[in-house]
Amino acid sequence: MYLSFSDRSGGKSDEAIRTSPPFKVSPIIISLGIVSMFTDISSESVAAVLPIYITGVLGLSMVAYGFLDGINQGISAIVRIGAGWTADKSDRHKLIAFVGYGLSTLTRAWLLLASGFAAITAIIAVDRIGKGIRTAPRDALITEVAQPEHLARSFGVHRMLDTVGATIGPLLAFIVLLLIPNGYHTVFVVSFACGILGLAVLGLMVPGRKQRAAAKAKLELAAPSTPRAAFRWRELNNPNMRRLLLLAGILGLLTIGDGFIYLVLQSRASFAATWFPLLYVGTNVAYLVLAIPLGRLADKWGRMRVFIAGHGALLAAYLCAALPATGAAFTVACLLLLGVFYAATDGVLAALAGQFSPIASRASGIAAAQTVVAGSRFFASLGFGVLWFMFGREQAIVFAAVALAAALVGGLVIVRGITTSNTVDAA
Amino acid sequence: MSARIRWIWLSVITLLVLGGAVAYAAWSFGQYQQRQNQAPGVAVEKTAVLPAGPHVLFRNTATGSGYGHVASVPLDNPQGVRSVTNIACDRVYSSAGTQLCLRTNAGIATTFEAVEFNAQWQQVQEQPLPGNPSRVRVSPDGKLFASTVFVMGHAYAPANFSTATVISRTDGPSIGNLEDFTLLIDGKPIAPVDRNLWGVTFAKDPNTFYATAASGDKTWLVKGDLAKRTLTSVRENAECPSISPDGTKIAYKKNLKPGPTPYWNLAVLDLATNNETVLVQPRSVDDQAEWLDDSTLLYGIPREGAVGDEDVWSVATTAGAVPQLFIEHAWSPSVVR
Repeated sequence: MYLSFSDRSGGKSDEAIRTSPPFKVSPIIISLGIVSMFTDISSESVAAVLPIYITGVLGLSMVAYGFLDGINQGISAIVRIGAGWTADKSDRHKLIAFVGYGLSTLTRAWLLLASGFAAITAIIAVDRIGKGIRTAPRDALITEVAQPEHLARSFGVHRMLDTVGATIGPLLAFIVLLLIPNGYHTVFVVSFACGILGLAVLGLMVPGRKQRAAAKAKLELAAPSTPRAAFRWRELNNPNMRRLLLLAGILGLLTIGDGFIYLVLQSRASFAATWFPLLYVGTNVAYLVLAIPLGRLADKWGRMRVFIAGHGALLAAYLCAALPATGAAFTVACLLLLGVFYAATDGVLAALAGQFSPIASRASGIAAAQTVVAGSRFFASLGFGVLWFMFGREQAIVFAAVALAAALVGGLVIVRGITTSNTVDAA
Repeated sequence: MSARIRWIWLSVITLLVLGGAVAYAAWSFGQYQQRQNQAPGVAVEKTAVLPAGPHVLFRNTATGSGYGHVASVPLDNPQGVRSVTNIACDRVYSSAGTQLCLRTNAGIATTFEAVEFNAQWQQVQEQPLPGNPSRVRVSPDGKLFASTVFVMGHAYAPANFSTATVISRTDGPSIGNLEDFTLLIDGKPIAPVDRNLWGVTFAKDPNTFYATAASGDKTWLVKGDLAKRTLTSVRENAECPSISPDGTKIAYKKNLKPGPTPYWNLAVLDLATNNETVLVQPRSVDDQAEWLDDSTLLYGIPREGAVGDEDVWSVATTAGAVPQLFIEHAWSPSVVR
């Protein structure tokens, strides 16, 4: 169970340059990664079959479902900030994350009973709320237990396990359906089981507030226990955090969503059209392979730099999708670039937000950054949709690429003062 | 709790949960095997080629090995013995010898495709589809077909739900996605980002079709012009149109309960008088109606208490008409005259 990620290979050059302690991933991060892995197997297996189940089995059309998606996104953003704030206020990060994971797991059991439109939409909304609740408190926990010098790499470990789950989930669902055609209920039962396993690992293997405090006290016997500072929004209003939110917001506004890129690819390349439902696998594989190496790079070279460079990979993906060539190689390159983008930005963003937030408001800080990104990406899809309609898909994506290139230059200016501040530990 | 006790608890929970899931899967597999060998509950005859003569084509949802396959019953005896082929389809439609089948190829890589057959059920061509099948129609002359599928984003890419409706020629290139047509609502071109288009029905005139356009919580019946590539709104709150054989009326579903849980009733619009007749029904109808004749509609409704089973009902197009069960265990009816 305890995988060792301690860095031995190629560590010599590291030691020569830096005096930072060798990387050793906390077992709590591995546990949280396994929780996310099971939860992602659970949620992605259902997400993969739900459209077919709703239309093909329940005989419902999903158009109104699309209308609700925007509302759900809004709820999710509010819930995310609220959960981050509650976790900070109460210092009960594990409990709040448990509630979030628990809600999503409950929806799997609920699916077994649902057959109407109202129930399905409610299930999807509750699942979204659960996802909104758990993310920020969990990422705050990761920040707390990770070595500050290796924060992005620690997030990389977590995101890799998470993405392994996201890749296994749909495959598992389709294996079940291959053995038992119409075995949707079996998929839901398996998904529910994986959700329970995730909850069990979280509940049993991740220490709560008291246990962590006790463990800390043991380590710092001599040190006087300092009372935890009270939560204050003001604490988050520091120059680094402001610049991070500004940068993440600007870049988020130019992140059009991989759904659109898949659609562009699908409309140009017959390879992408045939394998449309599987395109995400290519992206996920690149993401999970690169999550740790790019996290490591972020810790060494600068998290802001890698975050910005990740958007460079996104820019390359846009260009790749906009190229007139239509071979399978271009499709695959585009998918891999999207994976690089996720690997270089998702965990790194949480690491940056954790780094720039004081302990007492960390979950809120991470929630704020993730909400800014989710919100700005939502507006990006709306805006890109308009461009798509007015100028056609090729021109729209070229336009997005030019804007993103300009934003990247602007981003470099914004972060000038903070690129070298990796070693500054907010704690 | 000591670390050891935690590990013991975790092992016990893991064993129980995995054991439970595996047991359920095994039971479910046994049930499936049993269902496959079970008598369908309706009279069935296996066949390679469906009998000639006027008939109703549909997707058979009776249990047994023919579940999900294309089947037909004689038009004059819909309750009679059904002929079941070995062609599996989610939606099926036939007109003038052109037969379209939208299907899901479940597998590790689940793919979707539109398959065109000729009158003898020999495969003519296939087209990959970007999502799971929802509606299919063939034009009266058999030269055009339209498919609507749901395209779902991956959970990492939310807010990407949409429909994709494509019109194709049976003997040539695709005419294209309706998203690329100019949408005119009350005479003005609009381009809402969240617009969705679905449910095509073809008029006798080869240039005209009707479909549904949606944006926000509004839907419109739109009239399509293939040559001009335009979609012009005709009426608000009308989805999944279906034009009558004589071309004088359009049936569609009308949402009588706006909000998150729609309740659709069928309605019929007289194109000459612009009179709308709402056919009030005991259950919400979520299907694209098919005309049995110029005064009767057919549509599918999920069977209550059963998952994956539907029935085809009929209703006369006069206000107050009572729906009748038309074909049991059936879905996606297509009348072949």
